[in-house]
Amino acid sequence: MNLVRLKGVPILQQLHLEERLLRKSSDNWCIINDGTHDPTIVMGISGKPVELLEIDPVLQDELPVIQRFTGGGTVIVDQGTVFVTFICNKDAVPGLQSYPRPIMSWSSLVYQKVFQGIGDFSLRENDYVLGNHKFGGNAQSIIKNRWLHHTSFLWDYEISNMRYLKLPKRTPEYRQARGHLEFICRMKDYIPRSNFIDRTIDAVGNHFLVRSMELEAIKYPSGTKFQPSSRLLRKQELEEAEFDSRTGVFINGLLRSLDLCSLVNREYGIYNFSNFGHGWNE
Amino acid sequence: MASKLWASRAASYLRISLFHRGFATVIKDFKYADTHEWVKVDGSSATVGITDHAQDHLGDVVYVELPEVGAVVTQGGSFGAVESVKATSDINSPISGKVVEVNEELSSSPGLVNASPYENGWIIKVEIENSDEVKSLMDSDQYSKFCEEEDAKH
Repeated sequence: MNLVRLKGVPILQQLHLEERLLRKSSDNWCIINDGTHDPTIVMGISGKPVELLEIDPVLQDELPVIQRFTGGGTVIVDQGTVFVTFICNKDAVPGLQSYPRPIMSWSSLVYQKVFQGIGDFSLRENDYVLGNHKFGGNAQSIIKNRWLHHTSFLWDYEISNMRYLKLPKRTPEYRQARGHLEFICRMKDYIPRSNFIDRTIDAVGNHFLVRSMELEAIKYPSGTKFQPSSRLLRKQELEEAEFDSRTGVFINGLLRSLDLCSLVNREYGIYNFSNFGHGWNE
Repeated sequence: MASKLWASRAASYLRISLFHRGFATVIKDFKYADTHEWVKVDGSSATVGITDHAQDHLGDVVYVELPEVGAVVTQGGSFGAVESVKATSDINSPISGKVVEVNEELSSSPGLVNASPYENGWIIKVEIENSDEVKSLMDSDQYSKFCEEEDAKH
């Protein structure tokens, strides 16, 4: 497995690199990015801004919003986030079927080793938790003969950043309607940052022969061009999503009030809409 | 067998369930790819979806990325994706041709892929380019055996 250690690489650049290595390389990779430059919101492939984000403050504070190529939920990443990604051929791990749950189970065995003796780590309903607090969001992309699993670990986070995110519609049962701050925890309360990275590399070494590779060696690929699918949403898209949402709320409210008027009219004959030519005055 | 024991021990230790059905349904007259898509050929047209085995292993599908009508698909090439359990999984076409219809219902009801993988959960309809390609696909018996062997290996 090729190990690429990065520091402060922008998350969009990381995602583009990952997707290219997934689709165009035939090697196994572990990419560790120690923090990303600026606070950025990253949604999964099917994420809808209007459902997941408080768009007004996002627009006001000009926070970048990315839609990534993997599934899963929404995270807000910054310098306090540590990213670990595995990109593997489907036969890289003996006996592992390349479906979501087996891959996630295997990854949790790696992290079980990392947190041995440090915290009550487990994989709970597809989340990495310490106790019952989530500290890492993970997601995957599976193609014909390869798979990718990546995690954004909350080594630290800004409480104020939570205001950009709505409570998602789909939540795991163990969350039990807890708000963001009651649901997540900081890894820094359990383990020093460099220690986590070193222990992760050691744990990977239990499964693969690891060789280090510099980003420069793979940054500019030769051969066929590749168009990654992770993208930065345009400001206009966010504005339109917010407008559509507010218009929808207004129209729904109007329809409800019209239904109410119609009901009252039928019951009590109070409202006379005949002037509008609709003949609602029954 | 050793890998199954490993997997079940890991699952037990981590308190997660790896259970899925020990069998998967197949439709007799359909053809199947080793990437777990099915195709129903009707003259020069074909309907494509993912198999019961695939939907069972993927988990609840929450989103289906559909191609555009008019897109060209090639045998073995990916044309879309499904999202389940935080993963996007490519869907590969068992046949080459041009997409003439997509199942728009999947945009609002992606769970049809799980509930009805061979009927209401169909994904695309294709105008076939080369009907000889069907010969390289598995029939229902061959596919059933393929699934059993694949599951037994893991």
